[in-house]
Amino acid sequence: MTGTARETLLEIDDLTVRLASGAARPVLDGVALRVARGESVGLVGESGSGKSVTSRAALGLLPAGATATGTVRVAGDDVLTMSAARLRELRRREVAMVFQDPRASINPVRRIGDFVTEGLRAGGTPARAARATAEELLEAVGITDPRRALRRFPHEFSGGMLQRVMIAGALAGGPRLLLADEPTTALDVTTQAEVIAILTRLQAERGTGLLFVTHDLDLAAAVCDRIYVMYAGRIVEEQTAEGLFARPRHPYTAGLLAATPRMGSGEPPRGVPGRPVSLAENPEGCAFAARCRLAAPECAAERPALRLVDGVSVACHRAEEPIHD
Amino acid sequence: MTEQPVLAVEGLRKTFGDHAAVDDVSFTVPPGGGLAIVGESGSGKTTTARMLVGLERPSAGRVVVDGADRTAPPRGRTARLARARAIQMVFQDPYLSLDPRVTVADAVEEPLRLHFDLDSATRRARRDELLDRVGLGEREAAALPRRLSGGQRQRVALARALAVEPKVLVLDEATSALDVSIQAQIVELLRDLRASLGVAFVFVSHDLSLVRHVADDLLVLRRGRTVETGRAAAVLDGPRHPYTRLLLDSVPHPGWDPARIAADRRALD
Amino acid sequence: MTAVHLERRALLRRLHGGDVMQTAALIVLALIVLVAVFAPWIAPHDPNGLDLSAALGGASGDHPLGTDESGRDVLSRLIYGARTGLLGPLVVVVVSTALGAAVGVAAAWCGGWVDALLSRAMDLVFALPGLLLAIVLVAVFGPGLTAPTVAMSIAYVPYVGRLVRNVAVQEATRPYVQSYRVQGWSGWTICLRHLVPNIAPLVLAQSAMNFGYALMDLAALSFLGFGVQPPGADWGAMINNGANALLQGAAMPALAPGAAIVVAVVAFGVVGEGVADRVAKREA
Repeated sequence: MTGTARETLLEIDDLTVRLASGAARPVLDGVALRVARGESVGLVGESGSGKSVTSRAALGLLPAGATATGTVRVAGDDVLTMSAARLRELRRREVAMVFQDPRASINPVRRIGDFVTEGLRAGGTPARAARATAEELLEAVGITDPRRALRRFPHEFSGGMLQRVMIAGALAGGPRLLLADEPTTALDVTTQAEVIAILTRLQAERGTGLLFVTHDLDLAAAVCDRIYVMYAGRIVEEQTAEGLFARPRHPYTAGLLAATPRMGSGEPPRGVPGRPVSLAENPEGCAFAARCRLAAPECAAERPALRLVDGVSVACHRAEEPIHD
Repeated sequence: MTEQPVLAVEGLRKTFGDHAAVDDVSFTVPPGGGLAIVGESGSGKTTTARMLVGLERPSAGRVVVDGADRTAPPRGRTARLARARAIQMVFQDPYLSLDPRVTVADAVEEPLRLHFDLDSATRRARRDELLDRVGLGEREAAALPRRLSGGQRQRVALARALAVEPKVLVLDEATSALDVSIQAQIVELLRDLRASLGVAFVFVSHDLSLVRHVADDLLVLRRGRTVETGRAAAVLDGPRHPYTRLLLDSVPHPGWDPARIAADRRALD
Repeated sequence: MTAVHLERRALLRRLHGGDVMQTAALIVLALIVLVAVFAPWIAPHDPNGLDLSAALGGASGDHPLGTDESGRDVLSRLIYGARTGLLGPLVVVVVSTALGAAVGVAAAWCGGWVDALLSRAMDLVFALPGLLLAIVLVAVFGPGLTAPTVAMSIAYVPYVGRLVRNVAVQEATRPYVQSYRVQGWSGWTICLRHLVPNIAPLVLAQSAMNFGYALMDLAALSFLGFGVQPPGADWGAMINNGANALLQGAAMPALAPGAAIVVAVVAFGVVGEGVADRVAKREA
């Protein structure tokens, strides 16, 4: 929709990723996804849905030993087939990632300055210029006295502050595409708001494309323009954030919304019965059929493909029917 | 409301070195009641929970459970068992809270064996009843924890805690490690258990959006001190303290404005 | 993500032949044990049978590894040597593991002054060279297998004890252990039934490696003349004895027991590491 007007940064098409062995179904099964310049796109799913694997694929990172088919194009180049040198260049300059746990993702024995500038330095930026850029970035993410912060070590920062540092480090190479994998899940709620505020402001200022991976539909809706919902390695629904809340088309999306506790409502959260499909199972039909209130015989027999229903992409045989709660 | 509280906490305090993790916290829970203790990391909520069940010794204050003083960790078998019968706990991480070498059936039978003098047939029947109560069947009973999902493990932890038939059950972030669709299942189960068993629940959580659905009363902690307390619905609908308001605003919702929340948070410090 | 990670580790292991090494080491150990147990049936000659006329004979059909300076069959002595070679370390490992585990768990569980006291005591024993302790005990009780074995059993306690203490401290903070406390079980029961079995694989890995080290230490003591006395067949004593033969150009009497020690020690090391790896894998 919006992607046609703006330059598309990330185009994933028919991406299927299989693990080396032991799994009955692929981790990703025919995933297609677009992120345009300046756009915030949400990728929502529960554990094991494949959302993290999808976002990592945009960096050319696949689970070791896994095989992938399909294409992952960043600014037109296929990440899956490009040379190692080009891939390094891509990670340095074009695509950056903010991980969930800053404490686990930042080398604890190196200074903050090293972390923020290492990409720049590897790309040939002189030390003095790299340091100046790092100071600006730390200031931009709201770290007071950035010059001193550069000489400090990770353990001297709180989780929220360290996540700001990670965002600064991710933005150092001036990427056009930012991948954020559950960037605030490890943080307190009030800290989450601060980090999100910084992330969205910088993303808007720089016109960076953002792929925001989260398990939290409400957070995705607050951050993103458009949301993909994943279940068992497949995209099951894609539409605007408002549309998703107003009228979810896939019963899984509706189930997730009903399961999310709401502060203002007296209505208690309602669980989705059953449990997610493990990698050891490969149901023939729709992966959600076993947990679905609307499931019909055809749902267990034939896997629904993504199709457009009233302008919404949804993979459900019964998408035309209203979902009754 | 003249009923004797099943849990009464008075001036509870815990210091580590010269840092007070919990500072003068008091509350009561009526029989079968539901109290939510909410706070961010460093609020002292988990330390409070650990003092309630005797895993941590309070530096000052009193914990009275079911009329008996349970302030100090128990000494001797009789005191230990009596305390366990009064108050039980479910931990946050379902992947670490069960012994990996003990089957589900044994995990539930162990407390039955320790606390009740039952013959083995009665004990097995009681075990199956407890597992059934939390929605687990024979197949899960025979399994080791590693064969179970996070939600199923948390059900085992619940059955195990309820086996003792405690007056008070402390749930320390018992649903926060679970996926949303599973978390809601467990919340449904908790609501149902509290209504049917008459056990008082103390929910320790960082998640304000859950509070209304699991608790009657709410206590907000910040840096070890009580910030606000009252009926859950009243506090959620009309928070008095700016920190409570900030916490409420911070939960993502339609029209959420993270920049304003960030400003409010700075103003509070 | 863990599943993916494990998948890769398994693959790497296969590629690098880790499994092959493990299997080979286990087979070697099994062979050594079988040889030790069935020595009287396997050995072609009496290990102590003197035949001075056949002294320092080279390899032959009758003596596959030749004879030593007293004309005793080297192969037979090697086979019998496996008995003392394994018995000593076995006692050392069993005693030091039991004592070390008890001290380590007690220190970890009780904490406070108990921990301080036990930890300092272990430091003290650790600082005392095991060989020195053995020599002192030999001076008191006289040479033989007993004194060195007792000395080593004590000297190895801190190796096990420190490991157990550190692992147990971690394990005791795990929610499953704490939930047993909340259930009302005594510390004894929790430690014996739950904590110790869960840390056992790691301790076992350490013990397997200790077995190799103990074998080497005891052989060294025998070599120095403090351990098994002539004419007893012992690998360490055999090397000592073979040293003279070496001067006379016969390598086998010293080389064969030396090689046996190396093979056994390496095999125990590989098995110990394998167990440790498996534990780490399970934890991941």
